[in-house]
Amino acid sequence: MKIAVVVFPGSNCDIDLFEALHTVCGAAVEYVSHKRDNLDGFDAVMLPGGFSYGDYLRCGAIARFSNIMPAIVEFAKQGKPVFGTCNGFQILTEAGLLPGALKQNDSLKFICKTVSLTVENNQTLFTTQYKKKETIALPIAHADGSYYADEETLAELEENHQVVFRYAGENPNGSLNNIAGITNKAGNVLGMMPHPERAVEAILGNLDGLRLFKSLLENGKVTTEEAVR
Amino acid sequence: MAVKVEMSPVEIKNKKPYLEWGLTEKEYDFISEKLLERLPNYTETGLFSVMWSEHCSYKKSKPVLREFPNRNERVLQGPGEGAGIVDIGDNQAVVFKAESHNHPSAVEPYEGAATGVGGIIRDIFSMGARPIAMLDSLHFGEIDNAHTRYLINEVVAGIGGYGNCMGIPTVGGETTFDECYSGNPLVNAMCVGIMDQKDMQKGQAKGVGNAVMYVGAKTGRDGIHGATFASADFADDRETQRSAVQVGDPFMEKLLMEACLELTSQHKKWLVGIQDMGAAGIVSSSCEMASKAGSGMDLTLDNVPQRETEMSAYEIMLSESQERMLLCVRAGFEEKVKSLFKDYGLEAVVIGRVTDGNDYVLRHHGEIVTNIPVSSLTDDVLEEPSEERKPERITQAESLSNWIPEFTDAKEILRKLLVQPTIASKEIFTQTYDSQVRTNTVVGPGSDAAVLRIRRTNKALAMTSDGNGRFVYLDPFVGGQIAVLEAAANLIASGALPLAMTDCLNYGDPNDPEIYWELHQSVLGMSEACRVLNTPVISGNVSLYNENNGEAIYPTPMVGMVGLVKDINKHLTNIFKNSGAKVFLVGNTRADFAGSEIQKMLTGKISGMLNAIDTEFESKKLFKLLQAIEAGLVDSAHDLSEGGLAVGLVESTFSSDVGLDIELKTMKAQDLFSETPGRFVVSVTPEKVEKFVEIMEDDCMEIGETTAKQKVHLKCQNADFEIQVAEAQKIWEEAIPCLMK
Repeated sequence: MKIAVVVFPGSNCDIDLFEALHTVCGAAVEYVSHKRDNLDGFDAVMLPGGFSYGDYLRCGAIARFSNIMPAIVEFAKQGKPVFGTCNGFQILTEAGLLPGALKQNDSLKFICKTVSLTVENNQTLFTTQYKKKETIALPIAHADGSYYADEETLAELEENHQVVFRYAGENPNGSLNNIAGITNKAGNVLGMMPHPERAVEAILGNLDGLRLFKSLLENGKVTTEEAVR
Repeated sequence: MAVKVEMSPVEIKNKKPYLEWGLTEKEYDFISEKLLERLPNYTETGLFSVMWSEHCSYKKSKPVLREFPNRNERVLQGPGEGAGIVDIGDNQAVVFKAESHNHPSAVEPYEGAATGVGGIIRDIFSMGARPIAMLDSLHFGEIDNAHTRYLINEVVAGIGGYGNCMGIPTVGGETTFDECYSGNPLVNAMCVGIMDQKDMQKGQAKGVGNAVMYVGAKTGRDGIHGATFASADFADDRETQRSAVQVGDPFMEKLLMEACLELTSQHKKWLVGIQDMGAAGIVSSSCEMASKAGSGMDLTLDNVPQRETEMSAYEIMLSESQERMLLCVRAGFEEKVKSLFKDYGLEAVVIGRVTDGNDYVLRHHGEIVTNIPVSSLTDDVLEEPSEERKPERITQAESLSNWIPEFTDAKEILRKLLVQPTIASKEIFTQTYDSQVRTNTVVGPGSDAAVLRIRRTNKALAMTSDGNGRFVYLDPFVGGQIAVLEAAANLIASGALPLAMTDCLNYGDPNDPEIYWELHQSVLGMSEACRVLNTPVISGNVSLYNENNGEAIYPTPMVGMVGLVKDINKHLTNIFKNSGAKVFLVGNTRADFAGSEIQKMLTGKISGMLNAIDTEFESKKLFKLLQAIEAGLVDSAHDLSEGGLAVGLVESTFSSDVGLDIELKTMKAQDLFSETPGRFVVSVTPEKVEKFVEIMEDDCMEIGETTAKQKVHLKCQNADFEIQVAEAQKIWEEAIPCLMK
């Protein structure tokens, strides 16, 4: 039983996810190439941040056509945990696994800083170790993180408690309803712009992301065993 | 498309097109009469003009560069390769280099800055190292006009655009503002990498019959004569020089980097040498690789992947298209290399072979278009002795007494200093850089030095890039010493032992004897400080001809330095940690106002002579402080620079929970703003004070303590005032965003 960290050409937070899960949490993790066509043997899939295919055309728009995507879609349909951060979130929306889209930040600039978030839903696979309405701090690092969806979709997201993280205080990118992270209706696919994998070690000054991975490891029944790489 | 007919050798001799390409008549005559004993053809003349440019040959600066110490017990690779390498223990090494991209950034700021970043990253992974951090030293004109704002916005966006996409954190650097940079901004980028010593590579092409392989992006007409362009003065018609600027594709480079690192770390048997195609493209990389191995080379240019049609041999050889590398691959392993690169979606093509002897042969369309000795391009450049003359302004300054500030309201001076762009917060720029990707950044932008942990060890690397053109302009020798000391002080304040340095030497036209004197004197000053601190110069870059319409920039050597934190838990930042700690000033304060921020602010210019520096004394003090930090006796340390003590004290309270109560019994109000180098503000918990003072002896003075009151109280002989931390931080943070609107 193990976790797949998918590597697209241009992914660059793959190592951060790998280290957070493997070195910090002791989980079994394997890098999975975009060229693969199956996720046999994996219990959870993570899509890292970065600039897949250079973010050319539109963030995530090319990655959704890569070889591994049908397997990820199928994996999600089976109700297994799928997580995407930053570029991973963008790919999940482009692939239709999550509703809405990520637009360019209101400032039109890339922003890297730590922001405050409210945990809106602590009943997901990924958030049970947080308290509901707890305020946490996580880093963001993106140019296209302004969440957009039509009114109907937004209403549905709110109604179903699919908004998991919301920016508290200043909204760094202009996202609607201050949305920072959402799940699909079934709750097994989570996409978020902030980077929990950058906040799992005291030496880096922030531990607020750690409980996300620990929640998943606990709820997803992912065994800890020797990582493959 | 019509094929352009190139000039014949005789036409070249008569019409002298080479003058426009940067070659002098004397050099052309030397080439045709002494080196080749015939007239060079069009392609050959082009090769000489770029290889003999200052950018590639260092023909002007070489005699001066020899002053730099470049070896010590830790240096594994000094200057001459893509980047220098230093031993950091545990069979690992740190690799770093800095490079300027000033001229391209003035003309096309986004792409100029972006490709500067791309180029220096290739230098690092060409050595077999994984790039782990970027720093940048930027110098712009005053933020008082739309063009400077445009340059700043685009340069910053270009640096972020490339580095963010590569997944290499941009963790530090500096940004300063002075009128002299308005027409010629300085964009210096430094990249730091880390590697296992067993993976060290060289840019060499040896072994007759081994393949010369081209990998990466296709060759276009962009950037032709970029190296020559970098070696000439600017005039107002520079917009017409835009074609010499290249366009970057960081996604391509990310793929290229991952492919090259797989090759260098996992398939060493296949590879003989690897080099970046930087300035002067294929010609410089190929002839340098041949030259370093004492080989000849035979290349067939028809095999070079091209993205434009009908390219001539001249254009193919001189193109500076980005994201390309040249490999020397052991014969028989070509297909394996091709398949490795294909896996990353990249093309790898055999374009030639290593040959016996010294001939550099280029074939195109079935004809030999170049046949010259390798060494004629790399070794035979005419080194011209340059004239030197001490500038009149310095002779005059020596006879005048130095300026001393006079004011009545010290608090108002402090408030005004905090909003000077060179002192004010640069967060508006640095937050557009991903400073955390790869999750090693322990201390990011804003502190004295950035600190990155080395995974699976207890160690960390500290790094900084620094340059103060004002000091070097006033007094090149002492300014050079200060540049090196300042970089070392930044590292020591972070708890790191300075290991070695790289530089970008940014100066005006070296044919001006006064500018050459500035170059020479400042390099002497830097070299002296390097010897004393045992921080050899392991790599570097020279950028001359930084002038705009005949006005030179301040002579601005950028010093990039890397240090080793032996125990990551002992690293420090400049921010006070707890209330109730004792605050010390390390180092004596003199009346050092020449070139200071307060002088510029109150008089609108800089003037005067710098006081002499005793580098032996300074070095001893720095290492005593490091000893105290490594012993765990210090809570925070901040190296004092622009704005002096008052600014440094206030800065160290920002985003902390503490205030200060400071009493400077021996100081007058003006001393609060003196910029005497080699000084630190440090905080020490009361129970450690005794041990701290035992180490520092009389190099430190207790000046007060941190409080829980969120305000700074400063008292000296003739001033006594308070400033709220929140208020000071607000004006410091808002200054540049306000100017950029």
